[in-house]
Amino acid sequence: MSDHKVKIKINGTEICCNRGDTILKAARMAGVRIPTLCHDDRLEPYGGCRLCSVEVKGVPRLLPACTTPVARKMEVITESETITRIRKRIVSLMLSNHPNDCMRCEKAGECALQDLAYQYGVDGSEYGGERWDLPIRQANPFIVYDPNKCVTCGRCIRICNEVVMAGTIDWVGRGFHTYPDTAFRKPRSLSNCEFCGQCVSTCPTGALIDKKGRGKGRVNELTRVKTTCGYCGTGCNFFLNVKDGKVVKVTSDYDAPVNHGNLCIKGRYGYEFIHSADRIKTPLIRRGDSFHEATWDEALDLIADKFTGLIKKYGNKSVGAFSSSRCTNEENFLIAKFARTVFRNNNVDNCARV
Amino acid sequence: MPKSKKTPAVTSEKPSLKDITIRICMGTGGLAAGSREVMDAFHSELRSRNLKAAIINKCVTKTGCRGFCAKDVLVDVIISNAKTTYQFVDPEKAARIVEEHIINGRPVEEWVVGPEYHAFHNSETKILLKQCGEIDPEDINAYIAIGGYRGLEKALSQTPFEVREEVKSSGLRGRGGAGFPTGLKWEFCSMSKVAIKYLICNADEGDPGAFMDRAVIEGNPHSVLEGMIIAGYAIGAKKGFIYIRAEYPLAIERLKIAINAAEQKGFIGKDIIGSGFDFDISIKQGAGAFVCGEETALIASIEGKRGMPRSKPPFPVSKGLWGKPTVVNNVETLATIPVIMSQGAKWYSSIGTEKSKGTKIFALTGNIKNTGLIEVPLGISLREIIYDIGGGCDKGRRFKAVLTGGPSGGCIPESHIDMPVDYESLSEIGSMMGSGGMVVMDETSCMVDMAKFFLSFTTNESCGKCLPCRLGNKRLYEILNRITQGQGKAGDIEFLLSLAEDIKISSLCGLGQTAPNPVLSTIRFFRDEYEAHIYEHRCPAGVCKAFRKYLIDPEVCKMCGKCFKACKSGAVAWEKKQPAVIYREKCVKCGACYDVCPFGAIT
Ligand SMILES: Cc1cc2nc3c(=O)[nH]c(=O)nc-3n(C[C@H](O)[C@H](O)[C@H](O)COP(=O)(O)O)c2cc1C
Ligand code: SF4
Ligand code: SF4
Ligand code: SF4
Repeated sequence: MSDHKVKIKINGTEICCNRGDTILKAARMAGVRIPTLCHDDRLEPYGGCRLCSVEVKGVPRLLPACTTPVARKMEVITESETITRIRKRIVSLMLSNHPNDCMRCEKAGECALQDLAYQYGVDGSEYGGERWDLPIRQANPFIVYDPNKCVTCGRCIRICNEVVMAGTIDWVGRGFHTYPDTAFRKPRSLSNCEFCGQCVSTCPTGALIDKKGRGKGRVNELTRVKTTCGYCGTGCNFFLNVKDGKVVKVTSDYDAPVNHGNLCIKGRYGYEFIHSADRIKTPLIRRGDSFHEATWDEALDLIADKFTGLIKKYGNKSVGAFSSSRCTNEENFLIAKFARTVFRNNNVDNCARV
Repeated sequence: MPKSKKTPAVTSEKPSLKDITIRICMGTGGLAAGSREVMDAFHSELRSRNLKAAIINKCVTKTGCRGFCAKDVLVDVIISNAKTTYQFVDPEKAARIVEEHIINGRPVEEWVVGPEYHAFHNSETKILLKQCGEIDPEDINAYIAIGGYRGLEKALSQTPFEVREEVKSSGLRGRGGAGFPTGLKWEFCSMSKVAIKYLICNADEGDPGAFMDRAVIEGNPHSVLEGMIIAGYAIGAKKGFIYIRAEYPLAIERLKIAINAAEQKGFIGKDIIGSGFDFDISIKQGAGAFVCGEETALIASIEGKRGMPRSKPPFPVSKGLWGKPTVVNNVETLATIPVIMSQGAKWYSSIGTEKSKGTKIFALTGNIKNTGLIEVPLGISLREIIYDIGGGCDKGRRFKAVLTGGPSGGCIPESHIDMPVDYESLSEIGSMMGSGGMVVMDETSCMVDMAKFFLSFTTNESCGKCLPCRLGNKRLYEILNRITQGQGKAGDIEFLLSLAEDIKISSLCGLGQTAPNPVLSTIRFFRDEYEAHIYEHRCPAGVCKAFRKYLIDPEVCKMCGKCFKACKSGAVAWEKKQPAVIYREKCVKCGACYDVCPFGAIT
């Protein structure tokens, strides 16, 4: 066994994993499921929700699988009476400070908290006690934040600071009154928010939701269509969420190889052009002072004629190709290839050149 | 410290000023009691008698806290090695002390400390506090004169390995709470191959009522610095930080003075005493959050982040400040190091028990006669601390329990008062050493109310990161609150026990893991009090207001009328020579009458 491999036992079965891996990662690779809530593969491990607590032989307390690194000869138990009891306890404590209004919640059907409550069969009613009654934030065009639904997993904070690096939100308050917010609880729009919606994309509950898609359909009514963003050449993937032939919102594709579910404001919220009445749907040919709708064949024939004419008259160096940063990499590649093979020159450029 | 409890005999000869030293306690406790004004008064009294200012400045010295804060301002007058200590000195008293004692040689007997002062100090074994109250903390030469920085010299003449071994064999365990063996912690850190390492002195001291770290820094800051430099050498760190709360301005000031002086003498900086070893110390002020005393939260705070703990492992010794191997040690731990180096591990380990070596400073507070700081050998019994040093409960009341280990420690009842105070015994009984707070409770304390009080502190100080602590402790508190309000239900005790147990095993850091201790230990030893609240609707100690009936027993009432005068709602009717009566419809249950009745006639 090489130096950077270690052998550990998970539920009695020996597995070989990489030194430096967490117990969670090792368990997943071995096909052992451990519930998580504050974990998102895009973020640094956090260990806050304690749902992934496991037993490690020789340690009197439970340890979080998401942050604990594996060690040689470690023996891990991922399911036991104690562990189940603790997980139930945690979920029911979460629900003891939650509005529990799934019936009218935007997130119902794709909410991690709802799934956990179902899995562990708890509702938090045994506690009573104080519940948050905080004002809902919606003084911006894109994001609705209902802190009362927040389970303080900290994912929004971490994605805003670790991935987006905008630093718009962080923890405010202490103890029971700890929750994510902007500095001095100002509206997001006044706190250098980029409105990338990354926080929305990672929130496991209905605390953060997209304002534009609100009330336009819940997960079981929507068809998800995977597509590539048309705004720039990075090639981020996401899902267009379609209901009755209309795009009602964009959601992350966490398995996307390029962006792992991350998006910027354009990809996530810039989809209204799709159904805009002003949208140009056919090529336009200018005759005199006005544009006339045409078919693609007409348009392409016209372009080919003009290019051939110019090259004949002035030589092949007189023309070039200038493409857009909104084209995909593949499209940009094709236009460059086109210039070199058809124009037989290197006159290629792109508007994103810096 | 003189063992004689008598004041020195009256001398007929007038002493020369050179033989006179006046020492004034200038710790935060002394300053709050007005020691600066007292010092000014002594200066001007001496000056008005035409004595040279230079001599006066030299003979009136300020010292750090000496522990017995209940009697502040404490002043020592030492004439030809005979020391007299005065208590409760104020500026007015300075004139008479100078006139009668210093000029005429007759101590002012009525202001001299009583036998309890000597009892308080005589039962102690002072190592760390020995110099506090004896030397001027702002003068490095005073520290050097009593052997300061000799431990460092000795350490630098050995290899880091030898220093670590010495500390290991001394048996010293961390004084910040967990009691981890210090030498072992240093060894783990030194094993790392990462070149850059850090040392942090934890002076956050967030336990309410604890002020031993402050006293050590204010009274003898160089001992902490010397300990840090030795620790840095032993683990291979070139940089040390002192994380101290901003609420300790005097301690910070004295540290700054001390660091400057040590730099000038070549104890801090490049090539320390020609050894080739470099070490720097910076002060980092914290904003005073309790959780920032937890080492990983403290590290986050130094890094400029919100002070929130992170899961261990990895421990700071392998991944600490800015990801580098880091040792975090408490003030007291570090201040012990120079003594171990200069006097030897063997000597140090002769004090204490088999597994708990040396002395520990405790802050004695609550319903006890002599409050203050005490330094005692580990293994001493609780009885000795509470009765011999503390003088027992105030006002002749019966001792009920003592809470050790700060707000998340456990309550130890009278039946266990002969137990030894050491790491193992305390954790066996469901409490802990913690940083050394001891809150004494007498028969007038309600244990449910006590548990609620301490839990309210930890609940409010929770950083909010992990669920069991943030919401679990909150719910625990709410149930206790309900019980003290007379709304307890059958099953509450069992529910408290199971919730508390779950919080302990699943919380992220020591705060959450120990916060339920006061609840668990009071249920363990005082379950009957919980039951009385829940099932009999009464508070045996009479503390929980919800259970009071506000009825005056005419048989017990002595017709003094105090309740009549105290009631602001006009609910008490009273006439001379008539027992008082409370009209329930007007009573707002504020408790004012209950508190003033000298005869316990109101229930
Ligand atoms: C909530 C919490 C608060 C703490 N506060 C302090 C403190 O104020 N001072 C301190 O030295 N250690 C404190 N500790 C312990 C530190 O985490 C750490 O163990 C200690 O500083 C290590 O030093 P030692 O080995 O010298 O004891 C605290 C721990 C917890 C969990
Ligand atoms: S929208 Fe983006 S920038 Fe704004 S708070 Fe969310 S993650 Fe941060
Ligand atoms: S708003 Fe959502 S992502 Fe942010 S902490 Fe709350 S539950 Fe987690
Ligand atoms: S136990 Fe409490 S203080 Fe510690 S990390 Fe969890 S919430 Fe924060």
